[in-house]
Amino acid sequence: MQNKPRIMAARFFLRALLVAIYWVAFCSAVHAADNKPLKVGFIYTGSATDWGWNNAHDLGRQYLESTKRGSVITTRAENIPENSDCERVMEKMVAQGNKVIFATSYGFLEPALRVAKRHPDVRFMHCGRLVPAGSKNVGSYFCSDYYEYLYAAGITAAKMTKSNKIGYVGGHPIPALVWCINAFTLGARSVNPKATVHVVWTNSWEDPALEAEAARGLIERGCDVLLSTLNTSLTVCKVAEKAKVYSIGTNFDLHTLVPSGWLTGQSWNWGPLYVKVVESIQNNTWKPDNLRYGLADGYVVLAPFGKAVPKAVQAQALDAIEKLKQHKRAVFAPPLKDRDGAVRLVKGEPIDTAWLEKMNWFVPGVEGNLPKK
Amino acid sequence: MTDSVPFFVAVASGMIRCATPVLLASVGECLTQRSGVMNLGLEGIMLAGALVAVVVSYFTQNVLLAILAALLVGLVIGFVHGVICIRLQANQVAAGIAMTILLGGITAFFGVNFVGKSIATISAVKIPVLGDIPIVGTIFFNQDPLVYLCYFIVPVVYWLINRTSFGLSLRAVGEDPRAAAAAGIDVQRVRYLCTMLGASLAALGGAYLALVYAQGWVENITAGRGWIAVGLVMFAAWNPWKALIGAYLFGLAISLQLRLQAAGSDVSPYLLGMLPYFLVITAMALSSIMARRKSQSHPAALGIPYAEQT
Repeated sequence: MQNKPRIMAARFFLRALLVAIYWVAFCSAVHAADNKPLKVGFIYTGSATDWGWNNAHDLGRQYLESTKRGSVITTRAENIPENSDCERVMEKMVAQGNKVIFATSYGFLEPALRVAKRHPDVRFMHCGRLVPAGSKNVGSYFCSDYYEYLYAAGITAAKMTKSNKIGYVGGHPIPALVWCINAFTLGARSVNPKATVHVVWTNSWEDPALEAEAARGLIERGCDVLLSTLNTSLTVCKVAEKAKVYSIGTNFDLHTLVPSGWLTGQSWNWGPLYVKVVESIQNNTWKPDNLRYGLADGYVVLAPFGKAVPKAVQAQALDAIEKLKQHKRAVFAPPLKDRDGAVRLVKGEPIDTAWLEKMNWFVPGVEGNLPKK
Repeated sequence: MTDSVPFFVAVASGMIRCATPVLLASVGECLTQRSGVMNLGLEGIMLAGALVAVVVSYFTQNVLLAILAALLVGLVIGFVHGVICIRLQANQVAAGIAMTILLGGITAFFGVNFVGKSIATISAVKIPVLGDIPIVGTIFFNQDPLVYLCYFIVPVVYWLINRTSFGLSLRAVGEDPRAAAAAGIDVQRVRYLCTMLGASLAALGGAYLALVYAQGWVENITAGRGWIAVGLVMFAAWNPWKALIGAYLFGLAISLQLRLQAAGSDVSPYLLGMLPYFLVITAMALSSIMARRKSQSHPAALGIPYAEQT
């Protein structure tokens, strides 16, 4: 019996707390209705600070938030697997009031399409693949032409290698990596026909120990330049640095972390694109398009050359980029044959995203397996 | 093709490197589980060991201090797991998983500042006479010092469990703590000690990943190796030697598949990528079928908290 006043006091306290929570929630809702900043969500398959693919997207998100301060609020979700977990995260973001969701990984397209059907008022932007026609609120964006920088990197690598063997560590054998390998090899062979590119897949976007062992395996085979497309090229570059061979990074500029062996690389500059997309949504000009950009748009950039690269080699690589920009030269030029001799590009055939996305073959000079679907 | 090292020597040498972190963690877990405590936090402890090794190596540029720090952190986490599972008698499975999730988050949070930092790393050191033996020397005695340490740890842990009076106590505690207590053994102290030692070996495995492989911090650097170590212990029937065989099989499959790819093999990388898991599961399933005939099974008191009789 003596407990009763205490219980009543506790009940009163709980009620007071509940009222306070409601009041705060109400006030913030009213406040939100006043300004109505656009809520934008970003979903990454890895860590936002991975010094690679996801890091590049997160720098874009930060740029968006600082440029559109007051009218845009962003949230991010990191380390989201490319499966139904991703759908759950998207649903949560929608429930939190996000009206735009950037799904930044290859495997996020299917989840985005499914969630988008349930929420017609939310816009989804997928990075990488083509969105099938007919979807009203899913668009995509990418710079498929980033392979042109890899062509230039290939020129650099082929000029620097002494063994004529270049090693490549890739995550998953998806078309975007295949066309990057092919462009790189074509670039390399354009200045050094003896150069070969040796491919190893890790079947994972992030497993540093596996990446390191793969890199060692390639160095043992005699490769003296290493290139990689993973969440981050950092591990492969570090292994190369320790073994005193050259390395090239993709997705992020790592030249400060690889002081002596860094040759060059490709990195992203998503910030201005995110601002553009969000502005188009804010002034209602957004359409569910597949946005594709080239080098001239500046969303993909060439990382600085390392100090190991002589000026003449730098000039040669930059010259190739200039010619590519002016369409005086093409990376994929007909008649293009794959390494088995089959013709893959005939004169007049357009080199568009659809053609790139069907790429499941290697050009001559690439060694290693490419699983067929 | 002029390779600097013959193919199979490169594969075998890679095998040892790939196996070492998993081996350290699973040998430690053998010890822990034989005393009746299940520690499913290995994945998290490896992450913590890796990060601490990177942090200490960055500030001191001294790998020895980095390794000692990782061992120490392992001891501390083992102690915390001990307090939760031995003293407070919480569910050991849940506590271990919670520990992994917690440490995954903590290391990701603090690790951000150390990504890409230049740290002192461990390189291979050739052992004078042994390292000059053709093939065998290149494979086994041209490795880094932590691998050599690993050569000692397995027999030492086996000896500790099976040939010492402390080992007798720890097996007694793992099989029937009440009888052990009646015989005058301090059950809780033995379990604390084994949990802490096991965790510190797991942390050492994590440090290996950071100091030898990634040469720095990368978030989620373990990529599931802690779980593989836990699996190895169960399939190895709590025997450090079998854990060694399992870990080396795992390492062999990884090393082989990466080098087959580098050599331009025509086998699908998907199939090759499956190889480590397939080999380990098959081998261990076979060994546990054989072990069952000899009526070897898990420690009877594994996972069951022991309440002191007063």
